[in-house]
Amino acid sequence: MLAFLARRLAAAVLLLFVISFLSFLLLSLAQVDVARQLLGLQASASAVAHENAALGLDRPLLARYADWLGSAVRGNLGTSWFTGQDVAQTIGQRLPVTLSLVLATTVVTAIASLALGLWAGTRRGVADRIVQILGVAGYALPGFLVTLLIVVVFGVDLKWFPATGYIPITRSFTGWLSTITLPTLALSLGAVAGLSQQVRSAVAAVAAQDYVRTLRARGLSGRSVVLKHVLRGACAPALTVLGLQFVGLLGGAVVVEDIFALPGIGAMTVADTSDGDVPVIMALVMVSVIGVVLINLAVDLLIGLLNPKARLT
Amino acid sequence: MRAPSPRSPLRAVLRNPLGAGSAAVLLLVLAAVLLAPVLRPGGAQSSNILDAYDGAAAGHPFGFDGAGRDELAMLLYGGRATLGEAGLALLIALILGLPLGLCAGYFAGRFDAVGSWAVNLVMALPGMVVLLAARAVLGPTTVVLMVVLGVLIAPSFFRLARGVAADLRGELFIDAARVAGLPAWRILTRHVLVAVRAPVLIQASLVAGVAIGMQAALGFLGISTGVSAPSWGGMLSDAYTSIYTHPILMLWPGLALGLTTAALLLLAVALRDALEDRPGQASARRTRRPEPVRVVPTPAAAAGPARAAARSPLLSIRGLTVAYAGPQGAEREVVHGVDLDVRPGEVLGLVGESGSGKTQTALSVLGLLPLGGRITGGSVLIDGAETVGADERALRRLRGGVVGYVPQEPMSNLDPCFTIGSQLAEPLRAVLGLGRREAAARVLDLLRAVEIADPARVARSYPHEISGGMAQRVLIAGAVSCEPRLLVADEPTTALDVSVQAEILDLLRRLQQDQNLGLLLVTHNLGVVADLCDRVAVMRAGAIVETGEARQILHAPEHEHTRALLDAVLDDAPVRAPWQARPTRSVA
Repeated sequence: MLAFLARRLAAAVLLLFVISFLSFLLLSLAQVDVARQLLGLQASASAVAHENAALGLDRPLLARYADWLGSAVRGNLGTSWFTGQDVAQTIGQRLPVTLSLVLATTVVTAIASLALGLWAGTRRGVADRIVQILGVAGYALPGFLVTLLIVVVFGVDLKWFPATGYIPITRSFTGWLSTITLPTLALSLGAVAGLSQQVRSAVAAVAAQDYVRTLRARGLSGRSVVLKHVLRGACAPALTVLGLQFVGLLGGAVVVEDIFALPGIGAMTVADTSDGDVPVIMALVMVSVIGVVLINLAVDLLIGLLNPKARLT
Repeated sequence: MRAPSPRSPLRAVLRNPLGAGSAAVLLLVLAAVLLAPVLRPGGAQSSNILDAYDGAAAGHPFGFDGAGRDELAMLLYGGRATLGEAGLALLIALILGLPLGLCAGYFAGRFDAVGSWAVNLVMALPGMVVLLAARAVLGPTTVVLMVVLGVLIAPSFFRLARGVAADLRGELFIDAARVAGLPAWRILTRHVLVAVRAPVLIQASLVAGVAIGMQAALGFLGISTGVSAPSWGGMLSDAYTSIYTHPILMLWPGLALGLTTAALLLLAVALRDALEDRPGQASARRTRRPEPVRVVPTPAAAAGPARAAARSPLLSIRGLTVAYAGPQGAEREVVHGVDLDVRPGEVLGLVGESGSGKTQTALSVLGLLPLGGRITGGSVLIDGAETVGADERALRRLRGGVVGYVPQEPMSNLDPCFTIGSQLAEPLRAVLGLGRREAAARVLDLLRAVEIADPARVARSYPHEISGGMAQRVLIAGAVSCEPRLLVADEPTTALDVSVQAEILDLLRRLQQDQNLGLLLVTHNLGVVADLCDRVAVMRAGAIVETGEARQILHAPEHEHTRALLDAVLDDAPVRAPWQARPTRSVA
């Protein structure tokens, strides 16, 4: 177990290193004259050169990367070139918004998909058809279009929930709930569409296993076999898909936060990356990739917990 | 393995209403967008602010947007941008993903390792974040962004092509081509590319929908296309600003976008049905559980010596018929009127070739036929109670406590996710109502009863940690755990090593005699019959051909099929090796 964790951790560190270097390289290749942008067109060439030196842009790429890496591992992500704000601090303020959105979506997606998948996989017939249609619809319609529809229907037309804005959970739980419900719904629909299909086929596959019949032959009720054995067997493939979807969820969060005006990481990605602010972009890329790495690790650990055979590796 | 010729599947797609409909929608959208300069030669930019938010007017069926531009012209030119740019991304993804995936799958080795690592890396990147970062670096040039998007979605083609090529590598016709001296690139383009064509077409249809959605999302965020050039996403973004006053403006771009992506997905579904489903698969997919027809038991009625005989108090089967749902709702009968009796303390051997209906008969006793199968007639009395047509709760009361079941394959009949102990304890608690501790103690007794030397360790083990013979002992323990009076054993030794077979048979016989169990033993092995059975029923093609005392059947068979079965053994050249011991999956 410890060896497994160590191996995974090493792989994650390597991945972060590679991605950070590639991102840094690409960002440096860009022909963006930051100092010129900062100082304006009237600034003298010497002022621009001076500003470049102040930002450290006159030094070689590898030295700059080493500097960035050195402070990043100590938790210092630098300051924004344009606003002068501390990047780590800004992200610290915005991360809880995105995290609460993504976590709520993950929980809703997992529960709804399990319920729908179990229903379709064990009942077949009409239930199967309904879940199938939901899957097609959820996959066929672009996420942001569905989000807009939700805003129009529930926010503008019915006025059940506010169409925009965010109230932190620390200030008011009900307020948080009312502002997070529509974004969560918008983000979950597509994910549920995909995941419920996976759960359905996993459930159908497990339900056809010999051991399910044998357990029922010993007098256990179909319901208890499904809830205990079929669900457990179907969880591992479902979790794998949930992990894969998380990557898409991060992208979806960008759009959803933009539409609902949530002050999260996603909205920040849209707003603050337009001008080549390298410290900010690097931080955002790193935060997203760390999120993906952590989720994948959590999925692997959970699968190991659920399936004793997978524990060995 | 070769893909079918493209002509007939195309016709199949168009014959499918779903496929024809979505193809028509796509063609319509494509034609409208391509003909935009003809339909609206003025372009989309001519605006008159006095027309802003006006409804439909002559020559302007969709009305005007917030800047007084004609909605239809905006839609047409916006579609050009959206579809064209999504098409570019798709093209990049194909150019990158397909050849690299083919090579990775075909050559394997280091090429594959590097390729798969890179693909996993790309897949770990959140696409939207990368696109936004790329926009920051490379500027809001649409073409560049679409190239980046193409790179981001290339992995889906890479993985698909890699999988197909890796499968094909082992195929004989590829080997033949290689032996014939065809260079790798010729094999790849002549044979592998042909095989991968159909799945790639399906995937391309799916990915095109995703790319259009992404392009529109970028447009909505105000990123991809400049302010001047219209796009569907940009139109939605404009409409969103006036959502409270003029929500109708969201309708047309939303509809255009939704219809196009939905048509692409449905086309992919139709393509998959046409290209991938072989006839058998198609019908299997359509197979539904037959309506729960209430079967009225038909007790001893017809002629025949067995039917007139007194029915056994333990298990008595009369005129049992079992059918499976076939394509188009037709049912195929696989068991045609079987009569059997098992008396308390008696071992009845049910012998026959594979496919003769032995297992179906045995599973009917438990009421646990696989999906699609059902009892269509006859009568099954267990302990005097009719089970044909009985509801699930009545059947459940019989299972475990009255009838026990020993399956054939030891490993697949244990849930890999639970310890042996917990799997055995579960029915003890559910059926016998034991407490947690009592059940645990009883599990150890059971394991001891099936001659397992270290019951505590086995109870703590997971199925993959014990051997096949051990697993079969565990399954026998499970079958007798709730003290049944009848045991149904379906080829209990077939999957085991020869040396283990004898031990398991000894165990079964000892348990049967100790507890005076009735045993219905399904087997194709006449050695087992001679060893264990009091009486024998010989089955062939879903019907019983001969029933009698074991001694009589083995020494003086009346039916020619029984003689043929016996001859096959005595000739020392069995038609089919009876003891085809499969390799046990793991040995503790």
